[in-house]
Amino acid sequence: MSRRRHSDENDGGQAHKRRRTSEPIEIEDRLESLICRVGEKSTSSLESNLEGLAGVLEADLPNYKNKILRILCAVARLLPEKLTVYTTLVGLLNARNYNFGGEFVEAMIRQLKETLKNNLYNEAVYLVRFLSDLVNCHVIAAPSMVAMFENFVSVTQEEDVPQVRSDWFVYVVLSCLPWVGKELYEKKDVEMDRLLSQIEGYLKGRVKTHVPMLQVWTAEKPHPQEEYLDCLWAQIQKLKKDRWQERHILRPYIAFDSVLCEALQHNLPPFTPPGHMPDAQYPMPRVVFRMFDYTDAPEGPVMPGSHSVERFVIEENLHCIIKTHWKERKTCAAQLLSYPGKNKIPLNYHIVEVIFGELFQLPIPPHIDVMYTTLLIELCKLQPGSLPQVLAQATEMLYMRLDTMNTTCIDRLINWFSHHLSNFQFRWSWDDWSDCLAVDLDKPKPKFVKEVLEKSMRLSYHQRIVDIVPSTFSALIPAEPLFTYKYVEENAASLPGYPVSITVGNAIKNRASNEEILTILKEVPNPNQEDDDDEGESFNPLKIDVFLQTLLHLAAKSFSHSFSALGKFHEILKTLADSDEGKLHLLKVVYEVWRNHPQMIAVLVDKLIRTQIVDCAAVANWLFSQDMAHEFTRLFIWEILHSTIRKMNKHVQKIQKELEEAKDKLEKQQHKRRDSGDDEDMDKNSEDEEGQLEEQIERLQEKVESAQSEQKNLFLVIFQRFIMLLTEHLVRCETGSVDISTPWYKNCIERLQQIFLMHHVTIQQYMGTLENLLFTAELDHHILAVYQQFCALQL
Amino acid sequence: MSAKLNALTSDSYIDVSQYRDQHFKGNRYDQEKLLKQSNTLYVGNLSFYTTEEQVHELFSKSGDVKRIIIGLDKIKKTACGFCFVEYYTRAGAEHAMRFINGTRLDDRIIRTDWDAGFKEGRQYGRGKSGGQVRDEYRQDYDPARGGYGKLAQQHRPQEARNTF
Repeated sequence: MSRRRHSDENDGGQAHKRRRTSEPIEIEDRLESLICRVGEKSTSSLESNLEGLAGVLEADLPNYKNKILRILCAVARLLPEKLTVYTTLVGLLNARNYNFGGEFVEAMIRQLKETLKNNLYNEAVYLVRFLSDLVNCHVIAAPSMVAMFENFVSVTQEEDVPQVRSDWFVYVVLSCLPWVGKELYEKKDVEMDRLLSQIEGYLKGRVKTHVPMLQVWTAEKPHPQEEYLDCLWAQIQKLKKDRWQERHILRPYIAFDSVLCEALQHNLPPFTPPGHMPDAQYPMPRVVFRMFDYTDAPEGPVMPGSHSVERFVIEENLHCIIKTHWKERKTCAAQLLSYPGKNKIPLNYHIVEVIFGELFQLPIPPHIDVMYTTLLIELCKLQPGSLPQVLAQATEMLYMRLDTMNTTCIDRLINWFSHHLSNFQFRWSWDDWSDCLAVDLDKPKPKFVKEVLEKSMRLSYHQRIVDIVPSTFSALIPAEPLFTYKYVEENAASLPGYPVSITVGNAIKNRASNEEILTILKEVPNPNQEDDDDEGESFNPLKIDVFLQTLLHLAAKSFSHSFSALGKFHEILKTLADSDEGKLHLLKVVYEVWRNHPQMIAVLVDKLIRTQIVDCAAVANWLFSQDMAHEFTRLFIWEILHSTIRKMNKHVQKIQKELEEAKDKLEKQQHKRRDSGDDEDMDKNSEDEEGQLEEQIERLQEKVESAQSEQKNLFLVIFQRFIMLLTEHLVRCETGSVDISTPWYKNCIERLQQIFLMHHVTIQQYMGTLENLLFTAELDHHILAVYQQFCALQL
Repeated sequence: MSAKLNALTSDSYIDVSQYRDQHFKGNRYDQEKLLKQSNTLYVGNLSFYTTEEQVHELFSKSGDVKRIIIGLDKIKKTACGFCFVEYYTRAGAEHAMRFINGTRLDDRIIRTDWDAGFKEGRQYGRGKSGGQVRDEYRQDYDPARGGYGKLAQQHRPQEARNTF
């Protein structure tokens, strides 16, 4: 009987697949499997697989028509990277069964309406693209597709709608043209010209305030960071100039042309775009991420230019593959590396560019950051002879351009690089980066290296970091993460708190009660007061200092020890930190003792908030205080601040959820009573329950309001502090006629942007207050610009 | 409309493994249920020298960590190469199964697996010598896990001293 855990040879989840039976029993599952798997690696050609599948499905239509319709509609929506494989399949089915083709088109239109109603705009794009490629398969008549496009573009004539709405309709039309532009121009060139001209007019008039906030680099060289619609327009213009000759897209339907052109086509029903609804959530604008061009791949196929439509299609498909397979890293890596047509493009470069594009995407990446680290590791495993080199080249390029990289993106680069290195024994050619030693430590390059080493130390240990970098880098090595105890250094005996620190330390070690300890602490003199007739109730910073330093010193061994200490002495800490000043001082002491171990500071602050010893606003005030000014540009400060904001947000959401659940319960209860009849006893019980629920709802309502008020206050505090700091800097520079663009300023203004970007959903609720109280016209235009860029994201 | 295709919703990295804790108090059904709802992961193949801080740093990348319990040798009360990581949310634990399982910590490929939930006593190794069972019987030399397996150490006390 083996008590061993499952075999160590297993490499994570996908080994389990081998143990399960792979043939689904039911026919419906089989149909799903057949359809989903067509187009994957096979001993037969794609054409013969499609032919075979079309035959099988045609035979199954009498019994399984609805199921087949459902599956095909789903793959259109969920597997956009295999678009042309499935449009070909539908084309073949339509050629064999005209009615089925018609029903499929109707089902797709229904599905399109649903996705738009449910704010699933990205999926809607894939559906429209599918429909447009069906023109190439002789399923849909070109003029009716043009008519749909005309209806979409007419949205640009609407007034008083958010720009992101008309943006989306224009984007859909343009993004279909790589697939169907040629065919539509052949059939309806006059109408298409008119369409494009309308689009051009619209694009010229668009507001683009949002762009600087979304760019990864502020520099235009070597690669401009273009707004996504501008880039796509340039790509379509070029395609048009090339007479719509597009050679990258895999088009299986060409091989079936003789069969397909015999088929009868369907007309799309007239499609009116749904009107604008106030709760609609259109996709946010984006900036196209580019880090490579044709000069970067030293040998092999050339990278398509930034305005080539091939670039657009490749990037789209790679993004889609990640979207489909992100949860399964081995499959994802394999799918990326088996991209059709890979021999004609420098695929590794495209993959690395797309992955970094997602990782650095502003406001937030499409998927959790750690996924990209692990995906890149999988890719390195599958292509050990080529991908690591591309990745190293990319890292080098990113390092060289740190000076103009957005601070948020630098954060993500730090986290990625340190985590990546920890999987490869921290091997790196650090000497290649010795240029960073020649400049001030607050400049982006040395700062980056310093933060990477700090994060690397957290994943290993101090000596390891000393060992892996050249000795010339010693200024960038993090401090050893040791406790700094005031009451044990030389001359500690002369400190006012020293005697009590000894007594209270012993008391803690001897498991004294809270009362006993509080009594001991009464002996601590209060530097804020002349006389000691006060019972020790008001804020005494020295008392906090003595107790907390001693306690944390005794518990310094590990996180668990420290958490246990905070838990055991929760009452005392709450008493000591009863006022705002108390909370602030408590945080100050935590910093003082653990200033060489930022990781410990972060976890302690987290616990202090969760156990309600300090509140979120206190943490914000502490981080922005003068005492912390010298640490203001360090990564750990912002990690603490964002973690604090997230806790606040989660807290509000939790109570709101409780309120909703209570309301639902009440509604159910009321229905039950109405339906239950005349039972008096039941009635009375019901009434009581309802009364209780109503009381609970009232209480929760108050709780929600109070939590929201706290949340709003937190953002006000943060924004106020930013405004104060930035204004001070700007005024000082202006009076001294000094350039405002110091590294500190760049960091600070981008941190302000980061608050907006990372928490935009929550902040939207408080826009009115922010505009009235803080972001008024009197503000310096540098600061106001950030606010205006943020507003432009949803206009 | 929202048809979900079974063939496309594969999420095999978060599947429950074949391992079942033999000391679990309750029946198989209870254990399965707890595993499917759990926010706690077992983490194995750690170096004896890996600290709670290192575990916290790595596992925080997939979600907020509620607590970490380092596995201890039952006799020596020192780290013996495993731990439990409990998240505030199931999502955090799932992301760890997808993206941290099978990657390196302290240069070692670590394994994560669903755990039914920490109970006092489960932080101790169950091997006869006080550490984990796997360290009783293994034949290889692993400097980060006390050298040779305990059984193998008994058979070669001289060799262990002369080697390296």
